[in-house]
Amino acid sequence: MAEFLSLRDAVNKHIHDGDTVAMEGFTHLIPFAAGHEIIRQEKRDLTLIRMTPDLVYDQLIGAGCVKKLIFSWGGNPGVGSLHRMRDAVQKGWPRSIELIEHSHAALANAYEAGAAGLPLAVLRGYIGSDLPKVNEQIKFIECPFTGERLAAVPSVRPDVTVIHAQRADRKGNVLVEGIVGVQKEAVLAAKRSIVTVEEIVDDLGASVNACVLPSWAITAIAVAEKGAAPSYALGYYERDNAFYKEWDAIARDRDLFQAWLKDNVFKNGAA
Amino acid sequence: MTTEFTSSEMMSVTAARALNNDMTCFVGIGLPSEAANLARLTHAPEITLIYESGTLQTKPDVLPLSIGDGELCASALTTVSVPEMFRYWLQGGHVSVGFLGTAQIDRYANLNTTLIGDYRDPQVRLPGGGGAPEIATNAKEVFITVKHSKRTFVKDVDFITTVGFGRDGKARDNVPNIGRGPTVVITDLCILKPDEQTRELVVTSLHPGVTREQVIEATGWEIRFADSLDTTPVPTEQELTVLRELKARTAAHHAGQ
Repeated sequence: MAEFLSLRDAVNKHIHDGDTVAMEGFTHLIPFAAGHEIIRQEKRDLTLIRMTPDLVYDQLIGAGCVKKLIFSWGGNPGVGSLHRMRDAVQKGWPRSIELIEHSHAALANAYEAGAAGLPLAVLRGYIGSDLPKVNEQIKFIECPFTGERLAAVPSVRPDVTVIHAQRADRKGNVLVEGIVGVQKEAVLAAKRSIVTVEEIVDDLGASVNACVLPSWAITAIAVAEKGAAPSYALGYYERDNAFYKEWDAIARDRDLFQAWLKDNVFKNGAA
Repeated sequence: MTTEFTSSEMMSVTAARALNNDMTCFVGIGLPSEAANLARLTHAPEITLIYESGTLQTKPDVLPLSIGDGELCASALTTVSVPEMFRYWLQGGHVSVGFLGTAQIDRYANLNTTLIGDYRDPQVRLPGGGGAPEIATNAKEVFITVKHSKRTFVKDVDFITTVGFGRDGKARDNVPNIGRGPTVVITDLCILKPDEQTRELVVTSLHPGVTREQVIEATGWEIRFADSLDTTPVPTEQELTVLRELKARTAAHHAGQ
């Protein structure tokens, strides 16, 4: 059964220096509050996995938590680049990071394979792309039945997956609604999982085919109101697109970024 | 009729006209999204738009800033998981057109959204592949829309993130279960299509008022022009009105108004 913890205790107990951590949420339900708690607790040498690194990984990279990033699209959606990520890759600030780069299709398949307990994912992918030349985790195999050449990538098996969801009931069952991304796969693929939620309710109000994660499939649950902002939580609050645009200027400048981090992350306690 | 329009509007309207009601279009963010929704709001109300965030048959009222804005989910027929989107709907063969933008494109319509320079020591690190590598091979055909400049239109891309026709134009030859690849590239200057034999991009239509010299100047290789070079039809007043209203709604929405 999932254990109800404060966000501080959940991160402290389940995320350790050197861990491989997947924080998912495909533009929606991005676990920002948990990311900020990881920054506050100054976790180091993390290998982060995420299809779309987004601002939360820009912040974690800029704060020096990350040694390696496994991803498939690393930008500020509709705005431009992630400048903290770019600074780390191009100039090694605050430390150099290793990139392992996939396509969305491959990484989505890799999460699914992880959830399915398989060592690899197989897809019709990467044809003609240079990505296999720079990522040795991309191989090609022959279909034993048809002879077709298909791409293979190792499954994703994080030490910890962190996601944000709308709500949990008092037993710790969790409902995820809207753009569900790869959250379910990411939780099931991981050894441990932390789910932050907007609120705890008596009844999830889930329809029969809703995306519900049972309590016994989750390690820890922490309430984090507005825990996905500036991304959004369908039914609770909208995406703060204006902040996503503002982030561009903040992240371009090391001093501005550090001041932002101090004022908006370190000065705030955990939810 | 002589309605004033910008080269960007000319590009969006021309890109929109490439789409029709019968298509199921997997839409990239940015210019493709603008064109696809313009098509839906004008001549192609029945077109099916799909975004990689899992939103199937979506009808946004404003253009999404990200590929997963709430608007896409709220206006979709249904929303599926991202693995399902890529495995069943794209790889499963349900997408007729993949509509992509890019940072760099070369003469064989290969796309680079990974980096400028050397992979291990990049001059400029770009966001990466996202959905494009598999959209380009699993969709039945690919449309590309991008602004024309020498920085963007290069002879050979620094890195093939997403294959057009490869370094020699032959990357799709004899590959089973692969789409036709790029069939049209729409820029703010012209329309380009791959040559049927060599697959090299050739200008087939110039936008009104654009000269061959302008295109030559904005292209990083010795660009060829089709023997029967067309002039792209100008946007109609209705297309321009719908496009401008869409962009105004979008700007107001993203500013938090």
